[in-house]
Amino acid sequence: MRGWPLIKLLPQKTNFHFVKYARYAAIVSVILCVASIVACFVPGLNMGIDFRGGASLEVSKPAGQVVNLEEVRGAVSGLDLGDVGVQGIARRDNNIDDGSTAIVRFQVPDGRDQTVVVNQVEAAITQATGEVTYSGVSVVGSKVSGELFQSGLLALGSAIVLMFLYIWFRFEPQFGFGAVAGLLHDVVLTFGLIVVFKLEFSLTMVAAILTVIGYSMNDTVVVFDRLRENLRKYKTMPLRDVIDLSLNETLSRTIITGVTAVMVLAALAVFGGEALFGFSIALMFGIIIGTYSSIYVGAPIILLWGVKRGGAADDAKPIKLGMASRP
Amino acid sequence: MIHLSRWKVILLALSVVFGLLFAAPNMLSPAQRDALPGWLPKSILNLGLDLQGGSYLLLEVDVPAMRAARLNNLAEDARTVLAEASIGVSTISRQSDGVIVTLADPSQMEQAQAAMRALVVNSPTGTDRLVQRQGSDRLRYAFTEATMNSMASDAVTQSIEVVRRRLDSTGTKEISITRQGADRIVVQAPGQSDPAELERLIGQTAQLTFQMVDVENSIQEALNGSVPPDSEVLPGADPRGPAFYLVKRRILVSGENLTKAEVTQDQNQRTAIGFRFDGAGARRFGEATAANIGKPFAIILDGKVISAPSIRSAITGGSGVIEGNYSIQEASEMVNLLNGGALPAPLKVEERRTVSAELGEDAVSAGALSTAIGFGIIVLFMILAYGMLFGGISVIGLVLNGLLIVACMSLVGAALTLPGIAGLILTFAVAVDANVLIYERMRDEARAGRSVIASMDAGFSKAMATIIDANVTTLVAAAIMFVFGAGPVRGFAWTLGIGVFTSVLSSVLVAQVLLAFWLKTAKPKKLPIAE
Repeated sequence: MRGWPLIKLLPQKTNFHFVKYARYAAIVSVILCVASIVACFVPGLNMGIDFRGGASLEVSKPAGQVVNLEEVRGAVSGLDLGDVGVQGIARRDNNIDDGSTAIVRFQVPDGRDQTVVVNQVEAAITQATGEVTYSGVSVVGSKVSGELFQSGLLALGSAIVLMFLYIWFRFEPQFGFGAVAGLLHDVVLTFGLIVVFKLEFSLTMVAAILTVIGYSMNDTVVVFDRLRENLRKYKTMPLRDVIDLSLNETLSRTIITGVTAVMVLAALAVFGGEALFGFSIALMFGIIIGTYSSIYVGAPIILLWGVKRGGAADDAKPIKLGMASRP
Repeated sequence: MIHLSRWKVILLALSVVFGLLFAAPNMLSPAQRDALPGWLPKSILNLGLDLQGGSYLLLEVDVPAMRAARLNNLAEDARTVLAEASIGVSTISRQSDGVIVTLADPSQMEQAQAAMRALVVNSPTGTDRLVQRQGSDRLRYAFTEATMNSMASDAVTQSIEVVRRRLDSTGTKEISITRQGADRIVVQAPGQSDPAELERLIGQTAQLTFQMVDVENSIQEALNGSVPPDSEVLPGADPRGPAFYLVKRRILVSGENLTKAEVTQDQNQRTAIGFRFDGAGARRFGEATAANIGKPFAIILDGKVISAPSIRSAITGGSGVIEGNYSIQEASEMVNLLNGGALPAPLKVEERRTVSAELGEDAVSAGALSTAIGFGIIVLFMILAYGMLFGGISVIGLVLNGLLIVACMSLVGAALTLPGIAGLILTFAVAVDANVLIYERMRDEARAGRSVIASMDAGFSKAMATIIDANVTTLVAAAIMFVFGAGPVRGFAWTLGIGVFTSVLSSVLVAQVLLAFWLKTAKPKKLPIAE
């Protein structure tokens, strides 16, 4: 069959002048980053029940009758309180799960009285499912305690510092800065997207952000690796041309890996229902941004900073490329 | 690089066996798993609370008991420090927030006040309690108002962390622990997790103390009612030892000073628990043992004397061994409890119920459908892009990768939530990256005019450098997050690390072995993925 495997259709040699547009890309990136940071404060992240806590109450019918969970979910979601959780639970008196009891968790929006909100929720549920008894109304705390939050931030901070040191050690300091700048760029923009699309910030979102960090790092290192190799190979070529060449050489890989990931996430977002929508959208966006930042944040920082290499005049001299450069 | 080396084939075979062995229990019913011989792995992958529900425990933090215990400690502190300074005390009476000490001799007021001020300075924060003079012969030693107000809330917060460390130290089990109301905690654990085991782990406060045995007074008299004021009668934990011990109330060192506990063996090769104190604990333990050579001291856990060995020499190294009559399982459970820290207050189980899945059935089936589609897309895309041979080899690598991930997650009894499964599918999508890097390198080399063998060889060796750099970076991040993180962050780090490791192993190894085999049998003239 002609043209199959399809990889043959992908041009092997491209000559895009990525660096030429780096200036404009930088302006766009800076504007978007600033806008994202501002958006994180005003209007601010839409913190879910995982982080903010809320209220919970128990809904039950006499044994043998069934509380329709979907109806309850629909009724409470209709009140526009944010994240709503409805979970069937065994009866309190005999611990038998016959579908007659459910726990409803919901958020109490800032500035609203809890009692009023609870009454509203009860009225909405009664209207949807008929006569039910309410019990066990209480405030629920967040899943993420202060200690958990602090240790999480500490873990993330140390991880970023160590990745920076590793890249510094394997490449050169400016590569480390380039990679970390790219990573922060991706995280900030992903937060921006979460705010703009009013996605709920939950523990799952935290996992999405961590995944974006991993992908961004991975993508940047692949580009840097080729750049380091080419710097050694073409000692007299101007730095901007070496960067362009390396980006073009790794382009087919960047596209295939990126497209695979984005296609999978698109499937999850389209078919995965509400539970996976926010997660997949944030990840998809993060991966696209991560790919962009390897080209337009990481590499240009190296161009700006410059790299120590043998001068054009003394081509014969070996070039030193960091402590752990390979022969 | 490309020739078929024996160790690579062996490594590949070993990883397939490992994957099958540890993933297989997931295919068996609980009864079949119980019937397996003891040396075979039994732990399985759980589904998270969002997918299958589980057990629900409503716990109440026993705040009054904790208040009483802390007031008791105040009284004991005052009694001990005044006795050491040889100051006579006529009474110590309790109030709601502290104690009032009445001195026998008002002329000793200055010394008494100084001795008790030292207690305030040496308390953990130095600001949570105060000493006040009341009249000529009385001193009030009490918690500040702020401490009293936050005591219950702090106890709940602290209990949540301790419970989390005890139930889910790796952060992979998806156990949800939340505060409810003022003094309650809701624990939800997914799946068939044994509620009795949960309760056993939560039910102990794990308060460990070391106190001297009172040898000056007789236990018999104490049991008859005349307990000396600075001693107490405690039951023994070992049925073959004495039923009761008379021990000094003063705590030499407590579990707060413990840095690490581990399962070990005593001189007679019996299971024992090794422990290590921090600097302050080691110093205090050293001083106390040096001053009491020849006398017995009691090791007390939750008010029961575990053992009461005699001090043979001063123990200054800050580490020691608790000998009890433990099975390995009991010992490791206790080590887990000691390492998780003591609960500030006892927890009472108020309700135990089963809960159903957090997500509705539609959500679960939508999730299942979309992950299946996602996986299908990866397979289809790889085969379309790289053809039956090269694409197919990546897909085989993916299958091995999936097997190894399931095996590693089962090993720690991890739970998979719906987003967790979606994340796994994404891991697969990114795992093909190693294959893509290798194949693209091969194409580069073929374009440069090299032979099939040479370009495959160079493709592998050059791509390996990139693959290692890219993945070591991620692995470093995962390791750090596992060490410093807690709860879900830790669980994420574990999954991430496993994913990086298995994906590199499976995609590179499978590609090397299978392509080398293809090269040997088909003797191709042309690289199918090159132009």
